[in-house]
Amino acid sequence: MTNQEIVERIDRSIAEEFEIDPEDMKPEKTLFQELGLDSLDIVDLVIVLETAFRFKIREEEGIRKIRTLGDIHAFVIQKKIELESIPR
Amino acid sequence: MPLKRVVITGMGALSPFGRGVDTLMNALLLGESGVRILPELADIRGIRTRVAALVPGVDPGEIPRKYRRSMSAMSVFAALATGDAIAQAGLSGEQVHGGRLGVSIGSTIGSPRTTQAFFDDFRTDNSVERMKSGVFFHIMNHSCAANVTHMFGITGRTVAPSAACSTGALAVGYGAEMISMGKQDFMVCGGADEFHPLTAATFDIMNAASTRFNESPGRTPRPFDRDRDGVVCAEGSGILLLESLDSALRRDAEILAEIIGFASTSDPESIANPNAANIAHCMRQALLDAGIGAAGVDYVNAHATGTELGDIAESEAIHSVFGDRVPTSSLKGNIGHAMAASGALELAASVEMMRREILLPTHNLDHVDPLCASVPHVREVTRRRVDTVMKNNFALGGVNSSLIIRRFRQ
Repeated sequence: MTNQEIVERIDRSIAEEFEIDPEDMKPEKTLFQELGLDSLDIVDLVIVLETAFRFKIREEEGIRKIRTLGDIHAFVIQKKIELESIPR
Repeated sequence: MPLKRVVITGMGALSPFGRGVDTLMNALLLGESGVRILPELADIRGIRTRVAALVPGVDPGEIPRKYRRSMSAMSVFAALATGDAIAQAGLSGEQVHGGRLGVSIGSTIGSPRTTQAFFDDFRTDNSVERMKSGVFFHIMNHSCAANVTHMFGITGRTVAPSAACSTGALAVGYGAEMISMGKQDFMVCGGADEFHPLTAATFDIMNAASTRFNESPGRTPRPFDRDRDGVVCAEGSGILLLESLDSALRRDAEILAEIIGFASTSDPESIANPNAANIAHCMRQALLDAGIGAAGVDYVNAHATGTELGDIAESEAIHSVFGDRVPTSSLKGNIGHAMAASGALELAASVEMMRREILLPTHNLDHVDPLCASVPHVREVTRRRVDTVMKNNFALGGVNSSLIIRRFRQ
């Protein structure tokens, strides 16, 4: 999966789950203030991402630093790189 | 401390005929049935009933996601009905948000659909890793009441009475008492439930669900009829906006009816079977509360669900209190049994009967069971002015309730 495909899947999953206009899915948008999510939504956001990418991230320290949609893109891309670098 | 008089100034309904009290009344006046064949029931081993009365045409999407995410179908029904009741009453933003409006809305249980969905997923691998944040808010017992307070920004009391088929009537009665005591000026009151096969099965395993009309759903349930064979489960929500008379007069609100009496009694004889003497006791307690005698009641809107035992017990109870004088009917022949919603839906229809000066008949009552024949049954839409109505509801668990409403006069 390319980084572009990862970004598209993230945006599609989040827009669908939280009923956000796809036009608003810009990397610079803040999750709370601009995309209208709240703390309950973040619980569900983790599940949406875990389901879409088949990984576990709930305990990851990095999640707490996420502020924007772009932060999610970067977090997931980094996580995928980490997982793919682990020898199976 | 003198008690305050309590009136109804708004109503909302989500019934098997759709949204709105007028929609409900139009269907009742035409003698329509909301009961349909539910094909999915045929796929459930052991269940014999195949019919139910579901709410058609609801668009949950009209509720913003922020509020809808914590709602199952029953809360959606309650929220839409509440919005309609508040709109009819014409409450201002300050009246809704200012702390003098409270909520008294109950359901039989929390969402059975969400409960099932959770356990279906949970049991696949004994994991809660996919559990969404909304699950608890769907299945908590005060889901409907809490969702209504959040959606409308209500800051007064929240109570969520729960007593199965008596829930809606209890919610209205307890809400009226809070206003009467001056604790709140306004209360949105009622009940809601969503259909799930568990509800139908509950009656079916006790041989109290209708099973002989699976191919002709419009012919069941048949309250008081000799060929009745049990309950048909329904869903929906009935909501009434109660208000102190002082408040209603102050803001020149249209008063739909006054609530003058309420009683609820417990029946420890049986957790499942109704008892005529205990039902009659509840009705007499309501008369005492209203300060009127039996002669002061013009019409009884019965609980009568179409079960063998319940309809007989209620007929005997009505006869023992009122003799053969007071016209009686049940609306469950049209609506089915909407459980926690039934009391409030039927109360809303009773208010409308009083306002429109008509009495609605018991649908499907073709041949009165001789054991139910001691009361005068309303057999057709009848033009008649009634000023005082008793509304009965009796619940599994042995919880009886009777409300008395009256045409408003100063």
